[in-house]
Amino acid sequence: MAETVRRTSGQTVVNDMEALRQRARELLDAGTVQVIIGYANGSNRRVRPFFARRPEDLERLILDDRCVLNLAVYLRKPEVKALGKAAVIATPPLLRSILQLAAENHYQESEAVFLALDSAGNVLELSSAEQIAGVLGSLPGSTGQDACVPSADRMPALSAGSTDRQARFAFWKQEFERCIRCYACRAACPMCYCEQCLVDSNQPQWIPVAAHSIGNLEWHISRAMHLAGRCVNCGACSEACPAGIPLNLVNQFLADRIQQEFGQKAGTSAKLDYALSVFSGSDRETFIK
Amino acid sequence: MSETRSLRKQSIPSLLEKLEQNGQRIIAPQPAGPSGTPWFTDLDRERHIDLEQMTAVSPKSGLFPVVEEILRFRKDGKQVVIEGDKVKVQPTVLFGLRPCDARGLRILESIFQEGEPDVFLRERRAATTVVAFSCTAADPDCFCTSVGGGPGDTEGSDLLLSAIDDDHFLVEIVTPKGKELVELGAGLFEPAKESEQTKVLAAVPVRFPIADVLTKLPALFNLESFWQEQSLACLGCSTCAFVCPICSCFDLEDEADLKCGSRLRCWDSCGQRLFTLHASGHNPRSVQSQRWRQRVMHKFSYLPERGRKARGSAPAEGSTSLLGCVGCGRCSRSCPVDMNLIERLTAIAESDL
Amino acid sequence: MSPENVYQPYLMRIDRAVDEAPGIRTFRLLFEDEECGKNFRFKAGQFGEYSVFGEGESTFCIASSPTRTGYIECTFRQTGRVTSALAALDEGDILGFRGPYGNVFPVDEWKGKNLLFIAGGIALPPLRCVIWNALDLRENFGDVSIIYGARSVADLVYKHELEEWGKRDDVKLMTTVDPGGETPDWKGQVGFVPHVLEKANPSSENTIALVCGPPIMIKLTLPVLAKLGFAAGDTFTTLENRMKCGFGKCGRCNVGKYYVCVDGPVFTLEQLQTMPAEF
Ligand code: SF4
Ligand code: SF4
Ligand code: SF4
Ligand code: SF4
Ligand code: FES
Repeated sequence: MAETVRRTSGQTVVNDMEALRQRARELLDAGTVQVIIGYANGSNRRVRPFFARRPEDLERLILDDRCVLNLAVYLRKPEVKALGKAAVIATPPLLRSILQLAAENHYQESEAVFLALDSAGNVLELSSAEQIAGVLGSLPGSTGQDACVPSADRMPALSAGSTDRQARFAFWKQEFERCIRCYACRAACPMCYCEQCLVDSNQPQWIPVAAHSIGNLEWHISRAMHLAGRCVNCGACSEACPAGIPLNLVNQFLADRIQQEFGQKAGTSAKLDYALSVFSGSDRETFIK
Repeated sequence: MSETRSLRKQSIPSLLEKLEQNGQRIIAPQPAGPSGTPWFTDLDRERHIDLEQMTAVSPKSGLFPVVEEILRFRKDGKQVVIEGDKVKVQPTVLFGLRPCDARGLRILESIFQEGEPDVFLRERRAATTVVAFSCTAADPDCFCTSVGGGPGDTEGSDLLLSAIDDDHFLVEIVTPKGKELVELGAGLFEPAKESEQTKVLAAVPVRFPIADVLTKLPALFNLESFWQEQSLACLGCSTCAFVCPICSCFDLEDEADLKCGSRLRCWDSCGQRLFTLHASGHNPRSVQSQRWRQRVMHKFSYLPERGRKARGSAPAEGSTSLLGCVGCGRCSRSCPVDMNLIERLTAIAESDL
Repeated sequence: MSPENVYQPYLMRIDRAVDEAPGIRTFRLLFEDEECGKNFRFKAGQFGEYSVFGEGESTFCIASSPTRTGYIECTFRQTGRVTSALAALDEGDILGFRGPYGNVFPVDEWKGKNLLFIAGGIALPPLRCVIWNALDLRENFGDVSIIYGARSVADLVYKHELEEWGKRDDVKLMTTVDPGGETPDWKGQVGFVPHVLEKANPSSENTIALVCGPPIMIKLTLPVLAKLGFAAGDTFTTLENRMKCGFGKCGRCNVGKYYVCVDGPVFTLEQLQTMPAEF
């Protein structure tokens, strides 16, 4: 059997780890934060989230293109919160999710510190949404497709601009067949923070719980709709899915539509009205007027 | 050793064809989705059977489907009629399992058959023939040999095929059902010669002392900080349970319109926050570290202890045949945050309390 | 579906529906299949899965006494999807019942003993089953004492039976409501169950204590019982973990090496002390 490696290459994309570690050390030493949340080498060529609490732990921090899991989810985990204030080693997708969380009042000013590297290799220490919004566009890797997320080019039926609805539907139907409803996608998504997910509310039971074709289709359509204009395309959901369903493409498709229709992009500003719940007199739809 | 035969590798397609002609449904690992990782699905001649890579999800759905209709009913005014015949299952060959998977099915069976026997699982197993292949290679997440199995283990298989050279398999007929299958494929199987009895097997080192895990767990339970540290990264995503060949937690759900409907048994996981949540809002396992602890305790302490009780004193203390884990390594491979199980069990075995 | 399908419920007809308290209802259920009804046996402490077809199943104890055959009763509070659908049913309607499941109160072993029942709120039903069981075999037992409390007078369940027990001279009944929950004509006690118990100061001599109530009440009552000299092995309660299957398969009710649905719901305090506090 070939060694099973996740869908990523492990190519180093950050050479300036030392600078990041140094700033992290300063923050720990000064007591500004009690934990640094980052990534470390895991088992069998995988990476894992890493919670450094002592200066000597910092040696283990790494950052490369395998680091897809969005660390923002830990800011809502009780056991991690209990460790104290956190500094998070930040990638552009993570910063996008923080901005979007701030826009939805789910990130409070200076709740955490984010350490990012700019293109000159300088360490940026960010804690307000404003600071993040100010630098995000200039960070390396912040534009274009994020490295290891499944991209539409690999799937002709989905390639940008494809209007072949039938082919698209056939593709997704087949993909969703494999969904086993573990909800790992939801658990890994920084934007899936609802205390009670739509799929868990049963009065009425909006979405079938069972993993049959219809239930899966309804689950994914509902999730996609709920993330429309909110998904920041970090790819964590696809990375987490044990069935290898390229979920972020669904969400990205909707994100593109939202941008076309409303000129809005999630994860770009902390002041973003939710496109699907805001009405304005200038909306094109006649039903509003 | 059990009765044996020899089978040429190139005869496999003809064997599958014969089985299909005989009305057998064949479920085998075949590449799926954009990533092409193998997935147990109905045999599709367009695809090839992938015996190299481990499937992401175990073949347990062959006996314990993701969704199973356990009841169908019709409502007519105030009347309710429960309908449906005996469980109907098609004769099926689960083809291309690994020895750990087959062993996992055995454990799954014992979970469902002890106490109140489950007719659905029983009927499915009765109609299913398990054809497993010995492992000629293992990856660092495999630990079958640490939990009582092995790359050439026959437990749970009806037939076990092992490579002996590049062109031949040694076929071990483990059960009468396996024998029937060999008879269906008459003409393809040949007597195995003396020189054809040595299986080529992967070397799977023992990764941790299971006896220490078993003895240390009960006392470790109360060390909250230990579990918190072990599961700091755990997302509670349940992937580990859903990919596992033995995890068998389920939910019962009704789906109906005004006239008729059904009651469904759906996979669930003790790792989900809602799993134990009371209607009052009280949750006996309110944080993820408790749910991670439950996962480990259930597999490596509660199940073995219950198994011993149920079967009297037969399997001795420390016996691995009652564990809730066969060491397939799927949970480690699929966990999005690399909560490697070998690593965690090793930490348990090495803990000093 | 074959009769060996363990998930298949009996069809039951609601013979009588009683509104006990706000949101709390009792059903008396008759077996649609009379033959099943005649053969059905259970023991005090056991429970079942009650279902509304199309909505799902919910777990409650059998609240009637095993000495009264031909029917069963259940009492439930309307909280979720299934209990809301159940509450909407009425006399003549059909529901599903699977059971009996779980272990039992060892009533047979208590011959000659005094019984002290302590219950709070909606947790009287499991004890009501034992109370009637004991009263129907009254000569087998010594003193029968009941302490029952609820938040307010309106929240007391089985009001008629409380009245009946109150009138009997072979039962010592003490009812209480939380401070502020009394009405002008309330004749019972005012105060929390643990305090009332402490004041009542019952003897632990040759006595079995059965305690059922909300977790906080149990938590505060157990130390009082210990102080009164009740041995942990003579103090019984039932656990209310979430359940789905009822027969040790779905994993939901697992606490330590026990499945509450198979090894419980009845546990002695002695057993609880060896179990992880996951209930
Ligand atoms: S839906 Fe997927 S890609 Fe979008 S924010 Fe959530 S995890 Fe990231
Ligand atoms: S992670 Fe994948 S398999 Fe699990 S619920 Fe999401 S899409 Fe389905
Ligand atoms: S290694 Fe993991 S997935 Fe495999 S049997 Fe053990 S617990 Fe289950
Ligand atoms: S797969 Fe990993 S993160 Fe998900 S519940 Fe299991 S251990 Fe936790
Ligand atoms: S209720 Fe299913 S195991 Fe107890």
